[in-house]
Amino acid sequence: MKYIRNFSIIAHIDHGKSTLADRMIQYTGVVDERNFKNQILDDMDIERERGITIKSQAITLPYQAKDGNVYFFNLIDTPGHVDFSYEVSRSLASCEGVILLIDAAQGVQAQTVANLYTAMEHDLEIIPVINKIDLPSADIEAVMEQIDSELGLDPFSSLTCSAKSGTGVEDILETIVQRIPPPKGNPEAPLASLIFDAKYDPFRGTIINCRIFDGTVKSGDVIRFMHNETTYKVEEVGSFLISRQKKDNLSAGEVGYIIAGVKTVSDVNIGDTITLDNRPCSKPLPGFKEAKPVVFASIYPIASDDYEELAVALEKYELNDASFTYQKDSSAALGQGFRCGFLGLLHLDIVQERLEREYDLSIILSVPSVRYRFTLNSGEVAYIDNPSFYPDVMTIAKSEEPYIRATMMFPERYLGSVMKLCREKRGDKSALNYPSPGRVELIFEMPLAEVIYDFYDRLKTITQGYGSFDYDMIDYRESSLVLLDILVNGEKVDALAQIVHRDLARKRGLHACEKLKEEIPRQMFKIAIQGAIGGQIISRTTISPFRKDVTAKCYGGDITRKRKLLEKQRKGKKRMKMVGSVAIPQSAFIAILKSDQT
Amino acid sequence: MNPGLYIHIPFCISKCNYCNFYSVTSLDLISDFLESLFTEMGMYRGQFEVFDTLYIGGGTPSALRVEQIEKLLEKAQESFVFSPNSEITIEVNPGDVNATLLKALLKTGVNRINLGIQSFDNTILSFLGRRHSHKEAISTLEMSRDAGFDNLGFDLIYGVPGQNINDWLQTLDQVLIFNPEHLSCYELTVEPGTPLAASYRKGNVTLPDEELQYDFFIKTSEKLEDAGYIHYEVSNFARGMTYASGHNQKYWNHTPYLGLGPSAHSLLHNKRWWNHKSLRTYISNIKRGKPPVQDAEYLTKDQLRLEALYLGLRTKKGINLCDFKRKYNYDLLIEKKEIIMKLIDGGLIDIKNGYIYPSRRGLAVADSLSLI
Ligand SMILES: Nc1nc2c(ncn2[C@@H]2O[C@H](COP(=O)(O)OP(=O)(O)O)[C@@H](O)[C@H]2O)c(=O)[nH]1
Ligand code: SF4
Ligand SMILES: [Mg+2]
Repeated sequence: MKYIRNFSIIAHIDHGKSTLADRMIQYTGVVDERNFKNQILDDMDIERERGITIKSQAITLPYQAKDGNVYFFNLIDTPGHVDFSYEVSRSLASCEGVILLIDAAQGVQAQTVANLYTAMEHDLEIIPVINKIDLPSADIEAVMEQIDSELGLDPFSSLTCSAKSGTGVEDILETIVQRIPPPKGNPEAPLASLIFDAKYDPFRGTIINCRIFDGTVKSGDVIRFMHNETTYKVEEVGSFLISRQKKDNLSAGEVGYIIAGVKTVSDVNIGDTITLDNRPCSKPLPGFKEAKPVVFASIYPIASDDYEELAVALEKYELNDASFTYQKDSSAALGQGFRCGFLGLLHLDIVQERLEREYDLSIILSVPSVRYRFTLNSGEVAYIDNPSFYPDVMTIAKSEEPYIRATMMFPERYLGSVMKLCREKRGDKSALNYPSPGRVELIFEMPLAEVIYDFYDRLKTITQGYGSFDYDMIDYRESSLVLLDILVNGEKVDALAQIVHRDLARKRGLHACEKLKEEIPRQMFKIAIQGAIGGQIISRTTISPFRKDVTAKCYGGDITRKRKLLEKQRKGKKRMKMVGSVAIPQSAFIAILKSDQT
Repeated sequence: MNPGLYIHIPFCISKCNYCNFYSVTSLDLISDFLESLFTEMGMYRGQFEVFDTLYIGGGTPSALRVEQIEKLLEKAQESFVFSPNSEITIEVNPGDVNATLLKALLKTGVNRINLGIQSFDNTILSFLGRRHSHKEAISTLEMSRDAGFDNLGFDLIYGVPGQNINDWLQTLDQVLIFNPEHLSCYELTVEPGTPLAASYRKGNVTLPDEELQYDFFIKTSEKLEDAGYIHYEVSNFARGMTYASGHNQKYWNHTPYLGLGPSAHSLLHNKRWWNHKSLRTYISNIKRGKPPVQDAEYLTKDQLRLEALYLGLRTKKGINLCDFKRKYNYDLLIEKKEIIMKLIDGGLIDIKNGYIYPSRRGLAVADSLSLI
């Protein structure tokens, strides 16, 4: 255990996390040059393209230190978005230290701070590293100053490097050996192992990523998931050296994987504790939360013929995404589809993109919603996350909506505008802390529905990127709710309906009409868009028809040219959903939740 | 229906600012071209049925000397079979012709002249880069009538920067005095690669916005229909359907056509092919005994259907629903019922005597009609 170091690199986006990981991997030589590719830990296309990490990754790097010993570094890469903050917290719970990477030209940024605080919560050793010192615009002095004043860390404990060129990387590796404490734990004690990620493998089933705190696990053991109370027989354990490397056992302090015939990732809960069935530990490791979907939307194929294909794709997709849920659903306007649950809007975005890309499907998502709670006159309690199932208003005794506790951190100068935003978002019961001079932590209780409605984007805008944000679900609170219907040419489009707070209904209705007007292309006839509550029209706009589009000449050579153009346009139209005779583009459904203010 | 023959004469005395038809301004290669053209004619001997239209366009056919035109017609008759009452059209630019030439043309069998008038306004003519003046246009008109042509077509352009609707309607009044049998009124369009496109990109010219384009379109149609013309295609008007261009209608209903000369397009059944858009390549290919064809496409049923739909909906006659169903296995009235009803309600199309056809307002959005 003396020779193990478990750590993570945390950074604001683009400050060089993936690049530094690449350099460490190359330095320790676990991948030969031939097989190396940049951003090696982001193995999904979508991660590389968006430059974000979606899934946690772990890798074991053997490092020959200057003291002559070989150390085993377990580097855990973490996702970088609030939708996945729970996964991040579980990954950090598996570490003893972090490298806090700061771009020498950009300085301390919002996620630098947010990540730092998560690390502090877990009592981790923090090594600040100033990256990109090769840049002409690098200002090391200024960043040191920020490390002191904004982060409250000792600037002289920081290192400098260029992840791009490799300068300073060896120094970082040595510092990890010296400053990050080796894991503690007793290999002889009952097994206590934290699940921080799970991945699906078509041949082996679920690969569980875990950190062993106490005890030892080996193949043949019968393990128990303490939360799920399920048991499995271990088939294989090992560690990740880019590819899986089988080992005899995993014991206290180590990070690695367990394969135990678990069919799908949904059978595993991130944050759950694995113990041995015949010799369980006394209590699970702290911090477990069930990662429940909080945002719901329906997915429909654009062409109804693709329904079966979509069903197959979702079945496959679910194997690999434990936080994603789905069930059958149908819409009067959009036909057969599925109601799906997501961790947040980014998660929703990613699922949509992966379905389109990896399964080559064209899909439409309905307007996302949170899950509301209605108590009916009969005493029955109904949880509704789909506006189509909004109860008959006459039968509702009480309506409630989910609330969260939002924790925001940002420079003090933005306090006024952020407070204003939070109040506008029906925020309540605020608290204010000053974790370090010039920086505030603001806590607000807010309806979750307001948070999915463009909150994060606006917070980022208001704080010019310096605002970080995290939230926890707290409870359901009574609220005055109404169903806002959207009618296109007089036809209700259920997939555009929203459940909204009564006081905001008119505003939202107007906003929806305006957004649809921007998103729906002009057509040959007038399109009327209306917002309505219980049959009463509260907002309306019209999209005026275009009147002239015909090209003047159409002879010999023009005919093929024109046909090709029409073929292209026809293809574009196939990516829109026909509602009656109106073609509504995919973007319209999501646009309703986006404000103009971002 | 009988096929049509098109011959492209790729020479112009100078290039107009808006034009993207293929032509060169050096006349040196005329005789080489004609020689190649005659060889090309031979390459298609026996491949087409009896032609009943011949259209000599360009470019500027009137850049040829009268003997050259006579020879061309002679060779065409030699290589292909024409029905006795064939429509034989030649495009003529005002100012290029005199009474002798016109008389000679009539004698060769040309029975229809299409005159590139474009405008009666000298400012507009010079903006367009036309060589002729208002006066020359009028004298060419008069000479054509005097020569004995009883089927005259005029090409006109509207929507020129700075032109308002009244200017245009006045031009039409002046045109109507000459009682043309046929009128093509084209909205000025920015074609890539033209001097007009360059000025447009630089922001030096502004074209009418959609509302104004629409007004131009509708007012033109109203005025000419009031004057007794049939608005039989988006840009074409005829004083009775006998005067509608028999040749051009073939393009719009998939009748086979053979195009000769550089850049000319041909269609036979589901094959469309086109010649090189370069006089030199055209000539050199033919000299090597090779058809000067640049490329070809074989239209799938789906492509033919889309073309039939969009070309048909550009014409007043519209699409015969039974024929369409039989040819393409596609019943528009069943497949697109809802939207067709809506368009009928909106007054953009109508259905009568088994035809679905666009209204005047429908013609203005004919491109979108075909995307329903
Ligand atoms: N000049 C310079 N660029 C760097 C350095 N480290 C990373 N980058 C660049 O910064 C960008 C973001 O890096 P990446 O590792 O993807 O950041 P991440 O979002 O934190 O994973 C990439 O274009 C890298 O090539 C460095 O040390 N110097
Ligand atoms: S418009 Fe006619 S005359 Fe002018 S360049 Fe084009 S083909 Fe030649
Ligand atoms: Mg990255």
